[in-house]
Amino acid sequence: MAKKKRLKDLNFLEKIYLPEISKGLVQTFKKMFQPRFTMEYPEVKFEPPDSYRGRPVLVQEENGEERCVACGLCSRVCPALAIEIQAGETEREKERYPERFEINMIRCIFCGLCEEVCPEEAIIMSKDYELVFSNREDALYGKDKLLVPINELQDRINFLRKHK
Amino acid sequence: MPKFQIDGKEFEFKNGQTVLEVALENGIDIPHFCYHPLLSISGNCRMCLVEIEKMPKLMISCSTLAAEGMVVHTQSERAINARKAVMEFFLINHPLDCPICDEAGECKLQDYTYQHSIGESRFTETKNLKEKRVPLGPYVMFDGDRCIACSRCIRFCDEIAKSSQLTFVKRGDRVTIETFPGMQLDNSYSLNVTDICPVGALTNRDFRFKARVWDMSATKSVCIGCSRGCNIEVWVRSNEIMRLTPRFNPDVNQYWMCDEGRLKTWKHVNSDTRINGPQLRKNGTLAEVGWDEAYAFAISELKNFNKDEIGIILSSSASMEDNYMGIKFGKSVLGAKYFGYKSKVLKGSGDDILITDDKAPNTFGLELLLKSFSVRIENSFEQVMSLINEGKIKALLVIEDDILSGSEELNKTLDRLDLLIVTASNMNKTAEKAHIIFAASTYAEKNGTFVNVSGRIQRTKPAVVTSERERSLDGFEMSRLDKFGTEWDKWGKVNKIEARASWKILNGLGVVMGQKLKYNMAEEVFVDLSKTIDKLSGLDYRAIGETGVQLKLTNTN
Repeated sequence: MAKKKRLKDLNFLEKIYLPEISKGLVQTFKKMFQPRFTMEYPEVKFEPPDSYRGRPVLVQEENGEERCVACGLCSRVCPALAIEIQAGETEREKERYPERFEINMIRCIFCGLCEEVCPEEAIIMSKDYELVFSNREDALYGKDKLLVPINELQDRINFLRKHK
Repeated sequence: MPKFQIDGKEFEFKNGQTVLEVALENGIDIPHFCYHPLLSISGNCRMCLVEIEKMPKLMISCSTLAAEGMVVHTQSERAINARKAVMEFFLINHPLDCPICDEAGECKLQDYTYQHSIGESRFTETKNLKEKRVPLGPYVMFDGDRCIACSRCIRFCDEIAKSSQLTFVKRGDRVTIETFPGMQLDNSYSLNVTDICPVGALTNRDFRFKARVWDMSATKSVCIGCSRGCNIEVWVRSNEIMRLTPRFNPDVNQYWMCDEGRLKTWKHVNSDTRINGPQLRKNGTLAEVGWDEAYAFAISELKNFNKDEIGIILSSSASMEDNYMGIKFGKSVLGAKYFGYKSKVLKGSGDDILITDDKAPNTFGLELLLKSFSVRIENSFEQVMSLINEGKIKALLVIEDDILSGSEELNKTLDRLDLLIVTASNMNKTAEKAHIIFAASTYAEKNGTFVNVSGRIQRTKPAVVTSERERSLDGFEMSRLDKFGTEWDKWGKVNKIEARASWKILNGLGVVMGQKLKYNMAEEVFVDLSKTIDKLSGLDYRAIGETGVQLKLTNTN
């Protein structure tokens, strides 16, 4: 094998290593007394800003009903085809509701287009980033997991109204 | 021919044609709601306003007759402004909740709002509210808010369905549609109003909220409800039929189809009664087996009978291909002599619009086939049944027909048989008695041809995938979901029935028997059968196309 030529040969001080090691140690000791950024997750949890796009959730009104009218726009706009909706008919004033609403969290790319397209402000990117599942079936989030009470989402809703 | 100008271009017209008709014929799009080519001119929507030189006011192009030397402008400032104004009027009281509305995606008002409106509303007052969710009849739901009072539905009932059931009540912006007192919108063609309704005011109760139009694929096919053979589109999502809609064919059904055909000819395709794979009767009960085992068993059983002891029941509901293979397999492989088919004529059930008495889509075609093979047609079914009763026929092959339904007295006749082989798509009374059942594809799962009551040959195309086919590889219509779905998506994990077309089953049986039946595709069967019938000579699937071909009939037919 041909000998590879270095761009720059080490000089004498570098060759004896010790000065370089002490340089590194100086850096280490300096950092020891500076403020720490590392979080002790999961004991300490990251609180994302309002602009953060966590997992998409459905808004649950105070009376327990979902806002979603199952129009299918989020499902249509989703570039990853993560959303599947089956609409149904109800006796409520808004006569259409999602009988089944599923987001495949393996497919979801957290782009937030669903939130942007939603005419009812019903699908919101939450601050939840803890997505754990051990098989594909568990990654299908149904209405049970998606519906979140509106008061937990108020920050994001205010953010959207300000900036959307 | 007289000529006149639209937007600077000269067009010929026939006397009596309106400006709108000439424009549409020549590909100039003048927006319109209330005009429909087959309904009388009502002229109430005002959407088709155009400017005509030397006329003081804008004219509605749907009711203005074209005249020699007329100069029409559809894109002048006055015309465009008028259109915008009309759209603004429509949107004053029309709810802007397209997300909830079921018509979204195929709504004329939605499209025109994009194309011809100013894009915002100046109306700040409260909208006029009307009755919502009114069932007008067994199949149609009415939403008063969404109605734009174009009167298409009223005119349809009066003029096409010939049963006046709908009318306007009240005036001005309170105008709404009601059925006449004590009446329902229940004529045999009521669901066509949901197709011609330009907005979401009239919706199909059977389909309401089931699926978005953009999630489905639409396959051009033919209705099998009766011998008319109305041209249809089969709308499929996740390999499940969601609805049927009529498809324009000026020579058969125009824009219409009956409610019976629309609602009752496809539910069996996805039903729980589908036969999933071949079944053999072992120790008195039916058990599912593989195709090869079923073929081998059927052949070994059939070999025990003489040629004279085998009868074959064909079906006027099955396609030309299936029946042709039935006859060919019977004649050249089994050497059978007795063929029959059960008539499905229900006297008096037809009308003079579309519905016919004959509830089978291919009686005409089957009779052509039987004639070309010189097989007896009259009372052929009764003949086979009486031969079974006499004990002369001991084995019966039934192709896609439930011969027991409606004729319970035949129960005993079929009990006398030593062998009953059935090809059927759904479990039925005949299949329950069978010794061998072959799972057959439905009309929505295979290529096939049908000859309708007036001798027009038309094609069905597969819309639903069976286990041995693949939507993307076999040239099926694809929706967006079909294109990108995987087996890990719920909508990609489709339910595929283990079934084969009857002609393929018979072909398979023939191959096992060592005969040279080498058809791989329905079209090969058709090309072969077109050679045996003069009237079909030279035809293939391409020639039949999407709207079919009228066969040349002689007086003897």
